[in-house]
Amino acid sequence: MKKLVEPLLLAAAVALPFLLAATGNEFYTGMATRVMIFGLAATALNLIVGYGGMVAFGHAAFFGLGAYGVAILMQHGVTSAWIAWPAAVALAALAALGVGLVSLRTRGVYFIMITLAFAQMLYYLVLSLKNYGGDDGLPLANRSTLAPLDLGSDTGFYLVTLAVLAAALFAMKRLAASRFGSALAGIRQNETRMEALGYPVFGLKLACFVIGGAVAGLAGALMANQHGMASPNLLYWTQSGMLLVMVILGGVGHRYGGLIGAVVLLGLEEVLAGVTDHANLGVGLFLLAVVSFAPRGIAGLLPKGSRE
Amino acid sequence: MSQLILEQALNGLQFGLMLFLLAAGLTLVFGIMDMINLSHGSLYMGGAYFAAAAAQASGSFAVGILAAVAGMALVGTLLELAVLRHFYKRDHLSQVLATFALILIANELVRMVWGPQPMMLNPPEALSGPVEILGFFYPAYRLLIIGVGLAVALFLYLLVAKTRVGMWVRAGAANREMTEAMGVNVRRLFTAIFALGAALCAIAGALLGPLLAVQVGMGENILILAFVVIVIGGIGSIRGALVGSLLVGVGDTLGRALLPTLLRSVASSEVASNLGPALASILIYALMAAVLFWKPQGLFPARG
Amino acid sequence: MSELLRVRGLERHFGGIYATAGVDLDVGAGELHALIGPNGAGKTTLIHLISGALAPDAGAVAFDGKPVTDLAMHERAGLGLVRSYQITSVFPHLPALENVRLAVQSRARDWGSSFRFWRPAAADRAMTEEAASLLERVGLAGRGAAPAADLAHGEQRALELAMALATKPRLLLLDEPMAGMGHEESERMADLVASLKGDISMLLVEHDMDIVFRLADRISVLVAGRIVASDAPAAVRDNPEVRRAYLGDEVVPL
Repeated sequence: MKKLVEPLLLAAAVALPFLLAATGNEFYTGMATRVMIFGLAATALNLIVGYGGMVAFGHAAFFGLGAYGVAILMQHGVTSAWIAWPAAVALAALAALGVGLVSLRTRGVYFIMITLAFAQMLYYLVLSLKNYGGDDGLPLANRSTLAPLDLGSDTGFYLVTLAVLAAALFAMKRLAASRFGSALAGIRQNETRMEALGYPVFGLKLACFVIGGAVAGLAGALMANQHGMASPNLLYWTQSGMLLVMVILGGVGHRYGGLIGAVVLLGLEEVLAGVTDHANLGVGLFLLAVVSFAPRGIAGLLPKGSRE
Repeated sequence: MSQLILEQALNGLQFGLMLFLLAAGLTLVFGIMDMINLSHGSLYMGGAYFAAAAAQASGSFAVGILAAVAGMALVGTLLELAVLRHFYKRDHLSQVLATFALILIANELVRMVWGPQPMMLNPPEALSGPVEILGFFYPAYRLLIIGVGLAVALFLYLLVAKTRVGMWVRAGAANREMTEAMGVNVRRLFTAIFALGAALCAIAGALLGPLLAVQVGMGENILILAFVVIVIGGIGSIRGALVGSLLVGVGDTLGRALLPTLLRSVASSEVASNLGPALASILIYALMAAVLFWKPQGLFPARG
Repeated sequence: MSELLRVRGLERHFGGIYATAGVDLDVGAGELHALIGPNGAGKTTLIHLISGALAPDAGAVAFDGKPVTDLAMHERAGLGLVRSYQITSVFPHLPALENVRLAVQSRARDWGSSFRFWRPAAADRAMTEEAASLLERVGLAGRGAAPAADLAHGEQRALELAMALATKPRLLLLDEPMAGMGHEESERMADLVASLKGDISMLLVEHDMDIVFRLADRISVLVAGRIVASDAPAAVRDNPEVRRAYLGDEVVPL
């Protein structure tokens, strides 16, 4: 029974856009795509926070850089996703490498603050790029092309996003069980002991940070396509806070924590926005209730057998 | 040129002192309760709205400020008693989630009460003009802000350095368990610190209201600067918060004013006017990263 | 006996107070070398300095003829210079077996690095089997599935030793392995340490003088940050300077 949950969920996710189209609710296909993209970005952050034990407060920077990577290349005529998306990932990974090299020398609240500082620096840097839209953001002329697949239709883009998300979640599972994942678990619990055992702790944490940054860059590349533009707000600190909130809400260190957090948070926003002008009041109260009564997030409430 | 620098330096001093009003409360809450309070900026926003509403109703700027201080001290006390004290012993992640939720709630409440449009808050009539100092004209209202800021800084210094309560606060910042062992009623002390922090935020919000827009989201921008300040100064240190505030306030203001000009001498004017403001903003964060890199505990570490 | 560890002039002070004040120490290959001294003599600081957890203010450490003073702790561990902890330091939420398996996995020279992101660690059977046999050796067979935090104190000490052994150390720095143990547990741990003699060189810090004089090949005495004697057990017992240093220290009747 347990083994069937994941394939069934995946099948339902594949069927969703066709169902929406058949019932005349195509609008929600884009909404679902957006949720999955945020889920991917939050999953990437969960790798750093939940698996690597590093509370990073600047993840939106890598998310936003991925978006700008695609948008800037598009402005220069590069429309192929086969080139632009890997380039966006590389840009985000490179930024994460630089930020990580400096930040990982600090601990605890200082790590939180220094990652925040670097993210804000990148935010202001992007803001100053007047040739690339400045504070208005940089629109995309079209979606990227991913021959032979069709990204032009909302359903096509939804399915590609779903495939990327599913692949990332599968990779996360492999990674958690790998030697690298075991080493991260050791570092999370007792960093000094890992060093005494001879592990290159700094390098392992840096690798974790860079992988998380790279995946966030991929999410950003998808976001630019979904949104039709790269906006500086994607890099602002409240966006980093939002991603962190998704991770904590869903479940820190749980493989589906980031996705659950994105689905619940964005879903709640959408539902409340339908009935009131003051949706954020409800969202805030809900978050406060979760952190008060479910300290391990929503995933922590799932039956024991379903946890990693 | 030198007059421009002097004027901008005064503006920087004024901004730095207002930052200090925010940072003082934030650094105590962070240093003593080990609490990351992202909603500190919402207290500042609340202060600005209270002041604007009371000033509009009464027609008096002074009444506005007093109402803001009293109102936010009350709000801060209630917030501490009802919500925040339950999170002191929780991990930083839970604190981030809870206080982020408070930002959402505060922004929405303000929008419900006062609407989505920015509010007007006018400086008092008597101070709307410039005064002459050192041979040039400077807005009287900004001088008032500097004066109030200096007075509050002096008050805080005396409070922390010379009084029994201040001794508890310093002991608490250096070592929390020690304070509890000394038999101080820690819970009451925490509530009082929080109410004081909220009142200081209200002063800053009310005073900056006429210069900046009183609008939803105004707390988020300044909150991060306040965090930068306390990390530079050393978490838990009032003196560090003052030095950090002035560094950030003057650095940011002078950078914004002078960097475009300086850049123009090495690059085209278009590049300079684009890059200048960004570089000035980045400067502050770079300063913080550099301080953390070389002095990981900040300039004035509170913990021994 | 050839030298495995050579310490010369090692100094470390904490704000004016010298924890170690010019320590010279040699540990031979295959030797069980005990380090004793009154409380506060600087024994744990010395272990920190030799393992690389602390940097010295002056002096040098050489391991197997190579200078290691500038190497980080994990680099020294990679050479086979490994420590255990006085206060139990394990991975509390991981099963006992996984604690040891992680220690086995740390030997990059045998398995390759831990930068392997895809293949399940469990697929490396040899690692798990080695970890299981180490658990058995320290008397924890059958406890492998229990989280380390759930083990009794004595069991955690044994786990700690299994983890140290899993790194295949050439020199094992044992910082009070019997600390906080009852008499029976201490005796079992002493037997275990004795069974390692010959395979592994050891530098043993220990307060129980019965055990020290029974097991050690050589004993160095650290007093106020200096080595005052370094000799065979019988000679150390008769050394007048050692007797003077311990006089009045009621915990340790020589």
